[in-house]
Amino acid sequence: MSTLPYAVSDSVTLLGRNLKHILRYPTTAVAVVGIPVIFLLLFVYVFGGALGVAASGAAHGNYVNYVVPGLVAMTTATGAVGTSTSVSVDMTEGIVTRFRTMAIFRPAFLIARVVASMLQTLVSIALVIGVALLMGFRPTGSAAGWLGAIGILALISFALTWLAVAFGLTAKTLDAASNAPFPLILLPMIGSGIVPTDSMAPGVRQFAEYQPFTPVIETVRGLLMDTPVGSNWIIAVGWCLVITVAGYLWSVRAFNRDRASQGGGMAQVGAAAG
Amino acid sequence: MAIPTPPLAISVAQLRKSFGEQVVLDGINLFVEEGTIFSLLGPNGAGKTTVVKILSTLLAPDDGVATVGGHDVVREPDAVRGAIGVTGQFSAVDPFLNAEENLRLMARLWHLSRADGRRRVAELREQFDLGDTFAKPALTYSGGMRRKLDLAMTLVGSPRIIFLDEPTTGLDPRSRRTMWQIVRDLVAGGVTVFLTTQYLEEADQLADRIAVLDKGRLVAEGTAEELKRLVPGGHIVLRFATVADLDRAARVFAGEGTRDDDELTLQIPGDGSVQALQALLGRLNSASVTAQSLSIHTPDLDDVFLAFTDQARLERMVRG
Repeated sequence: MSTLPYAVSDSVTLLGRNLKHILRYPTTAVAVVGIPVIFLLLFVYVFGGALGVAASGAAHGNYVNYVVPGLVAMTTATGAVGTSTSVSVDMTEGIVTRFRTMAIFRPAFLIARVVASMLQTLVSIALVIGVALLMGFRPTGSAAGWLGAIGILALISFALTWLAVAFGLTAKTLDAASNAPFPLILLPMIGSGIVPTDSMAPGVRQFAEYQPFTPVIETVRGLLMDTPVGSNWIIAVGWCLVITVAGYLWSVRAFNRDRASQGGGMAQVGAAAG
Repeated sequence: MAIPTPPLAISVAQLRKSFGEQVVLDGINLFVEEGTIFSLLGPNGAGKTTVVKILSTLLAPDDGVATVGGHDVVREPDAVRGAIGVTGQFSAVDPFLNAEENLRLMARLWHLSRADGRRRVAELREQFDLGDTFAKPALTYSGGMRRKLDLAMTLVGSPRIIFLDEPTTGLDPRSRRTMWQIVRDLVAGGVTVFLTTQYLEEADQLADRIAVLDKGRLVAEGTAEELKRLVPGGHIVLRFATVADLDRAARVFAGEGTRDDDELTLQIPGDGSVQALQALLGRLNSASVTAQSLSIHTPDLDDVFLAFTDQARLERMVRG
């Protein structure tokens, strides 16, 4: 007996479950959009006057154009926090154990999770850009530029989603699951998200230039503002592929292992309960 | 050893499992005939949940063979999964969905047709009396209600073999009785039930056969009656007002009774039948001894449980 014929139907069934969760209990979804929007308001209306000159060498009005790609990148990170949290909640509930005792296409659980998270992150990015447009964001990129930017954002979302799934599967507690991806939210700031890297102190500057968010942000900025992208897009795609493969392998390994055979806390819980 | 002839729903041979240094299952053998209730009885930590996890494909054994519904749990896990339903100790409902959505989710994952799914959900709603709370999310349910939904979800695909891991732990007496009735109805419909419990009464009430698991080993197996016969639990306790009375009674029942000078009691083996009581009182009368009170103790599964689990522990202490 094989469950392969049910690959699509099982994945769709579980995707429906995830989307129902997001719509019915929107606290996580609100945080995924809310955090970058709050930072957007802060950076443009509070720090923008001071930062704007340093960042874009131009007047305040243009700083929003500089900062939006950084906050859009941050949205992929807040999406990762949401993903990790949702996965961890699922793992602490018995329902996933139930799924494992049923003749279901095994990867469906992970596929449904990743698709739901991608949809959530991409919709959140659209909302953040919508708010930015209301605040005076004026992108000048072509249609092809937009498509490219969406593509690169989809790739980084995909990569961070797999990483976040692994965080959620391996976290011992819900707190750990929501904290693990948290540094990702800060990374765009220690990159070219808020101010150009060449204004940073030595050491920090090298980190900022070589961390994965910077080429992603630079590519999105270039494509949306119609400025040169250079080799940034190649580096960005490379980073996305590396993170995706690592996150995927880690997630699959974490999902397939016998949780109770690790000899750790779960084993003791299993033995004590049994 | 005679090989059982009726069709077997579950058979387990030499099953072993350790977590690191800790041996959880130390060579378990058991057979469960189709259409019967088999109860695995044991204290906390005996390894009951580990047995259920292995039989329901959640955990791989270190050694030994287990087949469920005719399929090997290691080599054909999907075939096993297609034949079983599992209700574990911890609630396996989706708390963010309501009862209807939880049941529909199961119908889709069991790959029932739309019409079959709808019919099955309606049947279970009726059977489990879920009507009142059908539209509220499961996280608002009481413990008993959640457990009922949990079991209903297990039954959506009409599995032929059902694992119930401590299904009534933490339930109030009324919910417990409801659960028992549901289990009896299931078996009346030809389903095989593998039940773990730490409640002797539950095993006594429900099970066709009972195995006592202690520290990873089966220490006794049989019907409730057979197990009760294995332990010398039946006795009559006579209580006396003075040590002098106890002395005289002890002389009457010399070699038969066990005296307790602190409690002023004499314990005499016996099944508590009217004849046995009459004979006993007759002997007391003819010796002119008056007992202050009398109590009858019939063997129950508590005796079995304590006798076997203690004995096993003693053996280990001696060996170790």
